[in-house]
Amino acid sequence: MTDIAPPSATAEDYLAQTRRKRLYGAILLAIFVAMMASGFRLADARNAGGFFEGLHRFFDFPAEIFSEAIAKWQNIPGLLWRYLPSLIETLNIAAVSTLIGGIAAIVLALLSTRGLSLWPRAIPVFRRAMDVMRALPEIVVALVLIFLLGVGPVPAMAAIALHTMGALGKLFSEVAENADLKPVEGLGSTGASWFQQMWVGVLPQVAPNWSSYALLRFEINIRASAILGFVGAGGIGYDLKTALQWGQGRYDAVVAIFALLFATIILVDHFSDRARARLVRGATAKEGRI
Amino acid sequence: MRLEFRHVSKVFGSKAAVDNVSLSIEGAGFIGVIGRSGAGKSTLLRMINRLGDASSGQILFDDADILALSGRDKRDWQARCAMVFQQFNLVPRMDVASNVLHGLLGRRSTLSTLFNLWSEADIRRALGILDRLGIAEQAAKRAEALSGGQQQRVAIARALMQDPAIILADEPIASLDPMNAQVVMDALKRIQVEDGRMVIANLHTLDTARRYCDRVIGMRDGRVVFDGRPDQLTTGVARDIYGADASFSEAATSTEIGALGDDQEYAAAMLGD
Repeated sequence: MTDIAPPSATAEDYLAQTRRKRLYGAILLAIFVAMMASGFRLADARNAGGFFEGLHRFFDFPAEIFSEAIAKWQNIPGLLWRYLPSLIETLNIAAVSTLIGGIAAIVLALLSTRGLSLWPRAIPVFRRAMDVMRALPEIVVALVLIFLLGVGPVPAMAAIALHTMGALGKLFSEVAENADLKPVEGLGSTGASWFQQMWVGVLPQVAPNWSSYALLRFEINIRASAILGFVGAGGIGYDLKTALQWGQGRYDAVVAIFALLFATIILVDHFSDRARARLVRGATAKEGRI
Repeated sequence: MRLEFRHVSKVFGSKAAVDNVSLSIEGAGFIGVIGRSGAGKSTLLRMINRLGDASSGQILFDDADILALSGRDKRDWQARCAMVFQQFNLVPRMDVASNVLHGLLGRRSTLSTLFNLWSEADIRRALGILDRLGIAEQAAKRAEALSGGQQQRVAIARALMQDPAIILADEPIASLDPMNAQVVMDALKRIQVEDGRMVIANLHTLDTARRYCDRVIGMRDGRVVFDGRPDQLTTGVARDIYGADASFSEAATSTEIGALGDDQEYAAAMLGD
């Protein structure tokens, strides 16, 4: 075997191209490093205190919490039991808002999908509506609702459901865009209504992917619901805030609450990962059979 | 039972897919619409079912203008005017019997659709129709697990479930192999004769039209260029319909079922599978 020598002109071109690419890469890297450095310096300078002066406290605080929790370790099981109802409240908020938001998202998604929409001209309207719902952070909506409706789980539910509507609606619509329209047309030819065409013709096609996205959203909503507790929406987030504000003497409670939250999130992540893998893999396996 | 077209046109952009078609079809019979791809056959059929709207003109059924229907009335008409598609258009992930029952959707409430509640009488009727088409044993399988020929028979069963005045078949055998094509065409013909229905089928080839139709309508560039009995389909007429390209005309007359001949044993074997 002998190597075939390429035409020298081609080789030169290629080498020149390689050098150019390397140069661009180096310039990009330099810009990136410069921006990082200047951004950090700016943030550090504007900070009350300073990053490096405060750095040691970053580790002091958890150390303080854990040393107290370890000293009072016999309290922990009792505290876990005591905060369990709050955890269930947080999970409830997440579940109800995922459900309400998901059902509304189905309607919004179908109405904003080309080829499926009942009013094709109104598609941009529904899309923009979902954009707005997604753009508003849950915490802002929750704060406004708490101001209007008072402290409690209902404002949190409404806030999370609103955000879920926008987020799931977009994902659902993207799945529905890939749905096969032939069954829909077939049902339409028999005189089926729009609702019947969607329910019978589209839903069986998109259900696995939609459920998968809804489960993923449920995970996200658990975290959101815990955070909303901080602004007075009830659940375990509220207990965590109270315990943290109390400071020394209540750190065993902080650790117990963190343990509950971590365990829940890890468990839900694990099980929903498996469920989602089965939903989606099952669906593709069936498609492969056609 | 009388279907009448009065100066019907359908324009896409600047091109007329159907150009000023006037014709009338009376009573039961097997009517074939033939022509090249893009001749306007599908557009014509879809307008009858209201899957596509006409740009101008009238389509009358028993003197009622079906192009003027909307909402509930339109759906009632669609329920009486069943459609069979080239790609079957079944719900692939649902079982065969459910797909047949979908023929009743146009007459059912939202609530009963939501919970998928079919009466035992309806289910028995659906299974009876499947039995008539020779695929009763497939009733519990998913539609996607069936062969093309079987799926098309499920689609015909769905059409029959609608108990329609008219069955429209849009290229019912164009995606099937010759054997399955013959089984499907035989089924359509038998239904037409036994039930005394009006069947209008878009067909690609002269040969199939000659074999099965009582009347043939030839279309070219959106216009009706032939309307008569199948035995009037001469080579000259074929040239009118398919164009001057003689080799194309030849090909059009000798494919699909024609190649299979009259081998009844073959057909019987296919029906038995």
